[in-house]
Amino acid sequence: MTTWVGRSIRRFEDPALVRGQGRFTADLPAARWVRFVRSPVASGLVERITPPAGSVCITHADLVGVRPIKPMLDRFDYVPIEQPLLAKACVRYVGDLVAAVLGTTAADAEDIADQVLLDITALQPVMDTPSALAEDAPVVHAGMSDNIVVRAQMCTPGHAQAWAAADRIIDCDIRSHRQSGQPIEARAAHAAWDSSGRVTLTCTAQMPHLMRTAIADLLDMPEADLRVVAPDVGGGFGQKMSLAPEYALVVWLARKFRTSIAWVEDRRENLMASFHSRDLAISVQGAFDAQARLVALSGDVLANVGAYAPYPNTAAVEPLMSFAELPGPYAVAEYACLARGVVTNTCASAPYRGVSRPALTLAMERLMDKAARSFGLLPEEIRRRNLVQQFPHTSPTGLIYDTASYRETMELALRVADLTRFRQRQVTARVEKRYLGVGIATFCERTGYGSPAFAARGMGVTPGWETVQLAMDPSGFVEARIGASPHGQGLRTTLAQIIADAVGIVPERVRIIHGDTDRTPYGWGTFASRSLVISGGACLIAAQQLHTRLCRVASIMLEAAEADIELRDGIARVAGTDRTIAIADIARASYHGAHRFAESPGLQETASYDPLGTFSNATHIAFVDVDVETCAVRIERFIVAEDAGRLINPMIVDGQIRGGVAQGIANALYEEIVYDEHGDILTTTLADFLMPTAHEIPPLEIHHLETLSDASIIGAKGLGEGGTIGAPAAVLNAINDALQPFGAELDAMPATPLRIHDALRAART
Amino acid sequence: MLHVNGVDHLVCVEARRSLADTLRQDCGLTGTHVGCEHGVCGSCTVIVDGVAVRACLMFAVQAQGLPIRTVEGLACGDILHPLQEAFIAHHGLQCGFCTPGFLMLAAAALEQDAWLDDAAILDLVSSNLCRCTGYQTILAAVKAAAIVMREEA
Repeated sequence: MTTWVGRSIRRFEDPALVRGQGRFTADLPAARWVRFVRSPVASGLVERITPPAGSVCITHADLVGVRPIKPMLDRFDYVPIEQPLLAKACVRYVGDLVAAVLGTTAADAEDIADQVLLDITALQPVMDTPSALAEDAPVVHAGMSDNIVVRAQMCTPGHAQAWAAADRIIDCDIRSHRQSGQPIEARAAHAAWDSSGRVTLTCTAQMPHLMRTAIADLLDMPEADLRVVAPDVGGGFGQKMSLAPEYALVVWLARKFRTSIAWVEDRRENLMASFHSRDLAISVQGAFDAQARLVALSGDVLANVGAYAPYPNTAAVEPLMSFAELPGPYAVAEYACLARGVVTNTCASAPYRGVSRPALTLAMERLMDKAARSFGLLPEEIRRRNLVQQFPHTSPTGLIYDTASYRETMELALRVADLTRFRQRQVTARVEKRYLGVGIATFCERTGYGSPAFAARGMGVTPGWETVQLAMDPSGFVEARIGASPHGQGLRTTLAQIIADAVGIVPERVRIIHGDTDRTPYGWGTFASRSLVISGGACLIAAQQLHTRLCRVASIMLEAAEADIELRDGIARVAGTDRTIAIADIARASYHGAHRFAESPGLQETASYDPLGTFSNATHIAFVDVDVETCAVRIERFIVAEDAGRLINPMIVDGQIRGGVAQGIANALYEEIVYDEHGDILTTTLADFLMPTAHEIPPLEIHHLETLSDASIIGAKGLGEGGTIGAPAAVLNAINDALQPFGAELDAMPATPLRIHDALRAART
Repeated sequence: MLHVNGVDHLVCVEARRSLADTLRQDCGLTGTHVGCEHGVCGSCTVIVDGVAVRACLMFAVQAQGLPIRTVEGLACGDILHPLQEAFIAHHGLQCGFCTPGFLMLAAAALEQDAWLDDAAILDLVSSNLCRCTGYQTILAAVKAAAIVMREEA
């Protein structure tokens, strides 16, 4: 019997993509193009907007009856904030939407936009959390008493006692500077009105159904009159998950002018006004007993969430995830934390692959290294003493860690790394004035969580479950319509592998239909390392139902007991005999001879899956060479040991890890969104925002453990984000290890040459 | 007149129109993708007169009369180019948006010299940006295709 799960089969997505036959949003022709006029100042009052004579220029006053974006969180400590689709009276960041102009081509629209005169009275902006929290700080949203949109606080009952009894307290303050996901395809939207009054919005989206609901709500239109299509999407990384006000405006324009309207974002707009992420300062204090066991942890999380709240996650997503998940893979019983989200005159912050976990992992892993040094232990030894080893484990914030292999995975990585040998080389190299370092990061990654997890956050919109509609057609091909919305993850292939095994056919006979609200059941799209676990789980259940039904029909056609029917490789067989029938013939009979069977006609099965969530885990080990003259960092070697449960397609798994680690290295060393003190953004080209090239990303050594957890019915855990989560901490720990002879420490990322230089200078003085 | 993949396209465009926009919007060849429009990402790479160029930094009028190759012209009917085969076999793509640029970049280089060593291939691949793969699988694909192209040459 051929099994397909576990095999690195080639992706079904690829043949069209390598031929240039992918279908991306910006490929669609349109009757008219829109260009958005954006605020050139960070904070100001819009006095007057003067478009060139004869142009079509839409401003807030034109959007009669259109609601603002206002994502809700059902928490007493959250202040909902509104974002009008176009600036109402004030602008709140450089890039804020002020007006929309139409042209016959993109260039035409851009020319018109350049001629729109904006009369804006500039106000003093607040750009960072210290200034936003100052007594006399201007408030970014009028009506708020201060700039804090969310303030979460907790303390376990035994915290103070454990703290007092601790052998020592170790401090660590980390800073994650502002990041951007930067998919190579920037955002785009195309709305086509048809004479029935319906609009088809084709857009770069990760959550097409929720975009339909959100836009229909904002524009007060029947949801049935809006079709949202996410065609091929050129990467998302979270940036295409949240509702873009531009998409709603494009739909509004298509309805207003009864035509097709296109918007294709340019890179400058994307860097300036698409969602930013990870602007976080996290202070942790660890209370350790004399055996270097972490007995109590205190955290203070300060997130600069920008000017607005992303829909549906709200502005609380980064501070609250940090708050809930800060203890990470460590078995600490007592926990106190204060997490605040602060609004500023910067672009809104939204989920980006890993969300706040790259920063909180940096905080915890730097803490562990500092504590190890204080106790005179090796970094791996202090982790051995603190990693969770009994499962299920309940964290101090109530998260349940399912069966995993935190310790075993780290030991696997250590065996590969051979640190004894490296440390000898490190000593020798120092004599030659070369500074090598090794850094370990261990972490667990909450993935594949369903609606209970989102309900616990109090989100007004509670995502989580997935539904799949599976149908075998009369030719014996299976079509699976899913609510997940992949954009590079290869789900058309991996889901086909799962379905093929469960039904007893080859994956080439499975078609996965996604990214079209007219053709797929309502679902939540692709984000939060969820699709393979949840949509894959729903596919498995539906495929098992289909399998059962095919066996029933086959038992009648083969005149045998149902329990004796086996389905494999497209054939139904009476076990132990040569009596067979092709599954395609069963399918044909199920439709065209349905009267013969006591079944509803056809072969359709629907299933939903809504799991609690499952934690994958990994250890990353980075080896670096720091040039203390130029302060450049070269990554010599990078090891990933990962346990994400069952591997459905190992090639695709490794691809996710490689891509994630590349973004993690980018976060650690290169990429940063920078504003000046006036609120202007300085990083609006890819020559300023430094995405790494092939030169900067080393080969990875990837190793797997496959711990099966009953928290995922397919046995696979999510892993789409893990690479970004562990890599920054591993790289920063390695840099700090390399700088040890100088007594220099660096707890901020990206660790640019300038920051390394400053750390070295600070250590000298 | 633009000669693209052996086909003549008679198009009338403004002098300021980029080759990338012209290929996509006037010739209907949307396989060439536009990622940054300032010459950094390389998604729009096409081959003009045997040389890989950023189509976002070249005006269409500059390409008049020169042979232009885009990703749509890389395969020979049903037979994929060795680079296309290798990108699939080595998982050199995920979302596929940057892929046409990498394919044309590597095609121009390997067709000129299929004996590029690993260091030269690393330099070559570092010309363009990919956000999904972390590049190692792209490097593996280009190296594998180079071997096939040497044998074919």
